[in-house]
Amino acid sequence: MPAVTREGVANLATLARLELTEQELDHLAPQLESILGHVSTIAQVAADDIAPMTHALPLTNVTREDAVTECLGTAAALHAAPVAQNDRFQVPQILGEDA
Amino acid sequence: MAKKSTAAPENAPDVSAAEASSTDEELARALERYDPVLGLEVHVELSTATKMFCGCPTTFGSQPNSQTCPVCLGLPGSLPVLNSVAVQSAVRIGLALGCTVADYCRFARKNYFYPDMPKDYQISQYDEPICSNGALEIEVDGQSYTIGIERAHMEEDTGKSLHVGGQTGRIHGAQYSLVDYNRAGVPLIEIVSKPIEGTGAQAPQVARAYVTALRDILRRLGVSDVRMEQGSLRCDVNVSLRPGPDAAYGTRSETKNVNSLRSVERAVRYEILRQAEVLDSGKKVVQETRHWHEDTGLTTSGRSKEQAEDYRYFPEPDLVPVVPEPTWVETLAATLPELPQAHRKRLQQEWGITADELAALINADALEKVEATVEAGCDPAAARKWWLGELTRRANAEGVELTMLPITSYDVARIQAMVEQGTLNDKLARQVIDGVLAGEGSPEQVVSTRGLQVVSDDDALTEAADAAIAANPEVVAKVREGKEAAVGPLLGAVMKATGGQADAGRVREILLQRIGSDQ
Amino acid sequence: MNAKATPISASDSEASNPPKPQRPSGELTHLGAAQLSELLQQGAVSATDVVTAHLRRIDAVEPQVHAFLHVDHAGALAQAREIDDRRASGEQLHPLAGVPLALKDVFTQRGVPTTAGSKILEGWRPPYDATVVQNLRQAGVIILGKTNLDEFAMGSSTENSAYGPTHNPWDLTRVPGGSGGGSAAALAAFEAPLAIGTDTGGSIRQPAAVTATVGVKPTYGTVSRYGLIACASSLDQGGPCGRSVLDTALLHEVMAGYDHHDSTSIPTPIPPVVQAARGADVAGMRIGVVKQLTGTGYQPGVLQRFVEAVALLEQLGAQVSEVDCPHFPYGLAAYYLIQPSEVSSNLARYDGMRYGLRVDDEEGRSAEQVMARTRGRGFGPEVKRRIMLGTYALSHGYYEAYYGKALKVRTLIAQDFAAAFEQVDVVVSPTAPTTAFPIGEKVDDPLAMYLNDVATIPVNLAGLPGMSVPMGLAPEDNLPVGLQIVAPALADDRLYRVGAAVEHALQQRWGAPLLDQIPPLSAAPPAPAPTAEEDPQ
Repeated sequence: MPAVTREGVANLATLARLELTEQELDHLAPQLESILGHVSTIAQVAADDIAPMTHALPLTNVTREDAVTECLGTAAALHAAPVAQNDRFQVPQILGEDA
Repeated sequence: MAKKSTAAPENAPDVSAAEASSTDEELARALERYDPVLGLEVHVELSTATKMFCGCPTTFGSQPNSQTCPVCLGLPGSLPVLNSVAVQSAVRIGLALGCTVADYCRFARKNYFYPDMPKDYQISQYDEPICSNGALEIEVDGQSYTIGIERAHMEEDTGKSLHVGGQTGRIHGAQYSLVDYNRAGVPLIEIVSKPIEGTGAQAPQVARAYVTALRDILRRLGVSDVRMEQGSLRCDVNVSLRPGPDAAYGTRSETKNVNSLRSVERAVRYEILRQAEVLDSGKKVVQETRHWHEDTGLTTSGRSKEQAEDYRYFPEPDLVPVVPEPTWVETLAATLPELPQAHRKRLQQEWGITADELAALINADALEKVEATVEAGCDPAAARKWWLGELTRRANAEGVELTMLPITSYDVARIQAMVEQGTLNDKLARQVIDGVLAGEGSPEQVVSTRGLQVVSDDDALTEAADAAIAANPEVVAKVREGKEAAVGPLLGAVMKATGGQADAGRVREILLQRIGSDQ
Repeated sequence: MNAKATPISASDSEASNPPKPQRPSGELTHLGAAQLSELLQQGAVSATDVVTAHLRRIDAVEPQVHAFLHVDHAGALAQAREIDDRRASGEQLHPLAGVPLALKDVFTQRGVPTTAGSKILEGWRPPYDATVVQNLRQAGVIILGKTNLDEFAMGSSTENSAYGPTHNPWDLTRVPGGSGGGSAAALAAFEAPLAIGTDTGGSIRQPAAVTATVGVKPTYGTVSRYGLIACASSLDQGGPCGRSVLDTALLHEVMAGYDHHDSTSIPTPIPPVVQAARGADVAGMRIGVVKQLTGTGYQPGVLQRFVEAVALLEQLGAQVSEVDCPHFPYGLAAYYLIQPSEVSSNLARYDGMRYGLRVDDEEGRSAEQVMARTRGRGFGPEVKRRIMLGTYALSHGYYEAYYGKALKVRTLIAQDFAAAFEQVDVVVSPTAPTTAFPIGEKVDDPLAMYLNDVATIPVNLAGLPGMSVPMGLAPEDNLPVGLQIVAPALADDRLYRVGAAVEHALQQRWGAPLLDQIPPLSAAPPAPAPTAEEDPQ
């Protein structure tokens, strides 16, 4: 297992959209390293020929009919919005990508 | 009437003459040094009644956020349930593109943060697409190409952002954005081509022809509205250049937001020229996302590879695998409609027209209209004449797509039938078209309210003919000398007297008969 | 204190004997759901009486216990009056109509604050009901309020709640287990006769064990997850909690069942759990003791009670044998990759854009910054730890080594169970390795905290049903110990058969339910928790 560096933790935090304090970064790096050290033990038994199991369910092909059901409606949809305007959710400026 | 999204009709030559001649030369020069490789990713919004994972309707243009529920808003605790018709459409698209339909596939979560994505992950398919490995035949100026289809997979659409405070609704400089989640969760099929090689100077047209062919197939399948101007068909264009056909692929750019057929061609052309310039100057092409700007015909840099997201795909635990039953897939395959290529060949044969004549219909986007008019009982030649002639002129004059004219194929067939019955002449028929386009009702209603019926009462015509004969003795004399063609002025007089509502042939007969009977 | 030594009071004995049809003189709050159901159906008490009594109890003990995040006084009373009116008009009601319940604050309830124990959802009132909530409404079960939990159901002590810890009614300086400590404590403090929890890695069973209550994690896919705020989707399962096996079965029947809003819902009838709980017969049943879930790491008193419980089962006619589950020791490691991976994705939506907290939304800030700041401030240390861990496990280059391998271990664990169930009908183990630990003890030692779930986690990984039922107090600290029973998928009824048999036999031995030995809650203010020194993160 590669060492979990402070910089690595900072990159992960960016990817996870978590603003962490300097203290948190200091604290998390050794914690993650210790947890990852423990969980790495699975490599002892997880052989290549074992099928992965994503789900304990025997189900396949669960679908619904293409029939319209009741919507919340604009007012209820926007009810919890931190900021709303013109029937829409207002969000801060989006950087880096045109829509 | 929907206005066209671009100045020129979708299928008209793409760029202005000036733009074309300058870039054509440049393009030719660039392609002497570089071999282009294309890749096209087409996103198709399915025309299902409801969204991919919830029962909200997919109607375009509704009140913002009115078509939302806990599922498509990504509210805590909500769960997706797959739309069965979306799966069926995905399989039908795959079959029409000659793909292999997977016997087992799953959805995956594509994780990235974006305000228009309610869950901050998109339910998509990753390494297990429902359809893969197909092909599509296209033709550009008589040259055939087989475009490989890598995959077609299911996913959900995002919401739509409106950027406020910046220039012309762009993100850059916007103070904030307003998000409408009506589109969030609308079913999408993403169709990814294999790398398209060996197109050389025809690369821009090949890209366009491919998207056009795809659009026609999708329309034929009835799975999507394929309205590029409404975003129900969207295209990402990948372009890279390499020194020659044997060289390894160059670094590619991915141009997003290319939303008209014309723009597909222009974007490829632009990127070839841009990348050639970069390479010529000894620099390297940056692997990045670029944005297409319809107004300027330019692409601008977006996210670079370094900033590229790590999507952390993993199997979507809220959904179970899709296992298409072989018998179901066989049934779908057996019940596919005739696809555009075969369909066109058949029409060409049935109507007895040349390949060029067929191409003219396709380019004018008139094929379906003509076909429907013929199905409504019209002679194919007459149907072609109306749609390519009078109606195309009207559409151009109005600045709308031919298909958006408010006249049905059935109307056109009715008008032609009346012409053939002799109750309308060409001039009157055009007036009937005026009336139908003006919303005055069916051809029959227009004929009756405008009183446009041809005067077929022989007594009235004879009376008018006699009056004309009496008023023009010199003309009558010429006719009597055997110059039948000289009857023109008399004919004109009778037509004038009947307000143009007479069958000219019949009037001519009566005139000749009356002049003769005087002998 | 020895389990059998406690004398029981006269009023207490009323709880264990069927009450007479007239209004009982004892406290309504000390009756179980089955008993309340009978009284309500006989008309001896009204739903309003029952709800009022519980609300009073809640008001009296909450300052010490803090089991609830929100008590819906008005809503509960309104619903009680409605039930009483309907009953008065002669309507045939569900047997549990009018019986109150405490709902873990991780299910959506329309218009009622729902936080999942997180600051990031503070003030959010869902516009829709979870399917489980709809099922409760349908039956007329009355929701008293929303109970405390570890933030987003991640933790084993309820200390990770953004709204402060819940105190174990057995000893207010100790944790009530987690993540569903609020629901378990509400039962043990007689604030509600029924409660609902969710179990991702033991969050129903471990709190049940350390509070001497009963908790069941049903077969994955038999209780709808629609409206259950996701922790780890492939592991989460809502389940019933009660003070008796029968009460728990009655609630199980109400809350479970196929739901077309949940794609992972199994279209199959609910196993006959109530019948099994009434049957309580283990004669001839084959019971396996999991070799890997005893021994090192287990508190001696826990092991002692477990050995006694196994001996008891043998006395009751069960055939006991040892089963070998060699991959169980890897379960914890696999779980702490799979669970955080799913969490990292499930919790992405809390970004301050559509609902809940939004931090520092000032001019000039980008959406990206506001999202990161909102999440940085809105999530607590454990949630951040898991999100980071999951982001790591799924990230490019590490997926196969971590998440991919964890899924293989999941297969191995399911295979271990399958092999065991070829030999036995159910397997048993202690539910948790220790009794309730002091508040603050493990708060910044994640690995030590995770070890609480070593016996419960394999059950979630395999999607099986599991129960924790009281098996006495550990001699060294007089704190409750739970017996875990695990059955094959969709054989949830077996849990109730075995659980009821153990419960019945032990109560005969003790002369009363174990909970009757709980020290009374004084009117004094809560013992100051050895706080909970703020996690420096």
